[in-house]
Amino acid sequence: MATRQSKLFNKHKLFERHTFVLLLGILVAVAIGGLIEIVPLFYLKNTIEKVEGMRPYTPLELAGQNIYIREGCNTCHSQMIRPLRDEVERYGHYSLAAESMYDHPFQWGSKRTGPDLARVGGKYSDDWHRDHLINPRALVPESIMPPYAFLAGRTLDLSTIQDQMRTLQFEGVPYTTPMIDAALDNTMAQAGGDYDVEALRKSYDGIAGRDGTVPVRNFDGVDGAPTELDALIAYLQMLGTLVDFKTYEAGDLSNRR
Amino acid sequence: MTDRSPEIDPHSQVETTGHEWDGIKELNNPLPRWWLFIFWGTIVVAIVYWVLMPAWPAPPGMQGNTLGVLGQSDRATVAAEVSETAKMRAELASRLSAVDASAILQDHDLSQLALGLGESAFGDNCATCHGAGGRGAKGYPRLADDIWLWGGTLTDIETTIRHGIRSDDPDARMTDMPAFGRDEFLTSAEIRDLVEFVTAISGRKANLAAVDRARPIFQTNCASCHGVDARGDRAQGAPNLTDAEWLYGGDRDTLQSTIFGARRGVMPAWTTRFDPATIRALAVYVHSLGGGE
Repeated sequence: MATRQSKLFNKHKLFERHTFVLLLGILVAVAIGGLIEIVPLFYLKNTIEKVEGMRPYTPLELAGQNIYIREGCNTCHSQMIRPLRDEVERYGHYSLAAESMYDHPFQWGSKRTGPDLARVGGKYSDDWHRDHLINPRALVPESIMPPYAFLAGRTLDLSTIQDQMRTLQFEGVPYTTPMIDAALDNTMAQAGGDYDVEALRKSYDGIAGRDGTVPVRNFDGVDGAPTELDALIAYLQMLGTLVDFKTYEAGDLSNRR
Repeated sequence: MTDRSPEIDPHSQVETTGHEWDGIKELNNPLPRWWLFIFWGTIVVAIVYWVLMPAWPAPPGMQGNTLGVLGQSDRATVAAEVSETAKMRAELASRLSAVDASAILQDHDLSQLALGLGESAFGDNCATCHGAGGRGAKGYPRLADDIWLWGGTLTDIETTIRHGIRSDDPDARMTDMPAFGRDEFLTSAEIRDLVEFVTAISGRKANLAAVDRARPIFQTNCASCHGVDARGDRAQGAPNLTDAEWLYGGDRDTLQSTIFGARRGVMPAWTTRFDPATIRALAVYVHSLGGGE
């Protein structure tokens, strides 16, 4: 016994005397944990719930999400309603994995200095979002949110939006080539410009499988080229409104968590 | 591979690992027993956990994961908790929505329930625009006074909460003031005269020549909604222009931009977010803030 043990244990000399071999050994040991925890999520069919209504974000909403990320909104606002009674009563139905399947990166967040935003879409008017982003304390005196008035004066930069859509398409977001080609027209149309609204609705409502998932209006209430404020409000007004909860079967075994 | 028997350190009588660094040898002390017990214990707990709780993913091609014999599920738990709470509230909630709105005010228990329920729903959903206690803000009506754009009875308030104002709801309260300047219904001189007119009828000093010029303009363009006497029309959500209360401001600059570009305040519809009992409770709460009719 002692003999066999020392034979096996003598192998450690190989690791202790060769740095590179030790490094490889560490990599293999750590990878086992990661592989067991992460890999199944890629092939398990029930990771993402089967629900209807989810669609990729329109270019305007996508641009809004970019501003949301750039300004670090996620450091104070989560987008994740946990399955706890008090959260469901306050914010609405708990978040589904399906609702963030087109988010790259996801915006779940981990800290709520401000309220959760997973279902803020439609809760307030566009005017409210505009007034509140320009000066939060004009409407909520006790708020500690910084003002984002500068967004109103910045024209939306759309120079990279098509490249971003292509990247997302590569990551599995179902953008089609015609959708990417029409990105700039679609953005103008959704922000209330004189462009083909029907084409925009047809592509995005088409994937969602129902009408009325794309609000079209002048979100910031100011005429002219879409601003960053337009994009951010369009994104916020979409949050949590896409999934048709009539198609979500909470009792189904595959939706069990 | 010649030395197979463990070497014993003469000083401590503990076997060594045989490793030597510059004359210092490593002792091969056994791990403390308490530590070992905890280590094996954690492994046993892990195995018990795999059996009891959802744990292992199914292999490729199969669905889902092991469910565990306890059948634990966060989503099922929250669904049960929510329906339990709903059951707890069901009796009072059904009384709230069953009786006539005005009968709630007569019933002490019911009105207390409605006020409590309404206050908490208001704080989280309505106060963001209408302010704590309904004090209002520029563009968001004060609910704590007795001035109502669309009516201040319980039924009126309930309809407004239910369907919203200029919202996506098909039954929303829906009127639009024309943008008299932007859409070129009136010239800027006519708008300037109208500003003087509104300033005068709301009891302030104004340029009387302009007021006289504006009188016929008001009757043709504004009176159909705001009334011949400018006292407003609740059926159309048109505010009274003769009092000192202003939603967007009564100074000349604000009046000018209101007439030029119109105002289009939006309130969302709340039927999708609240159950009927909560909407009724909110109506009672708003009614109680100061100006209920």
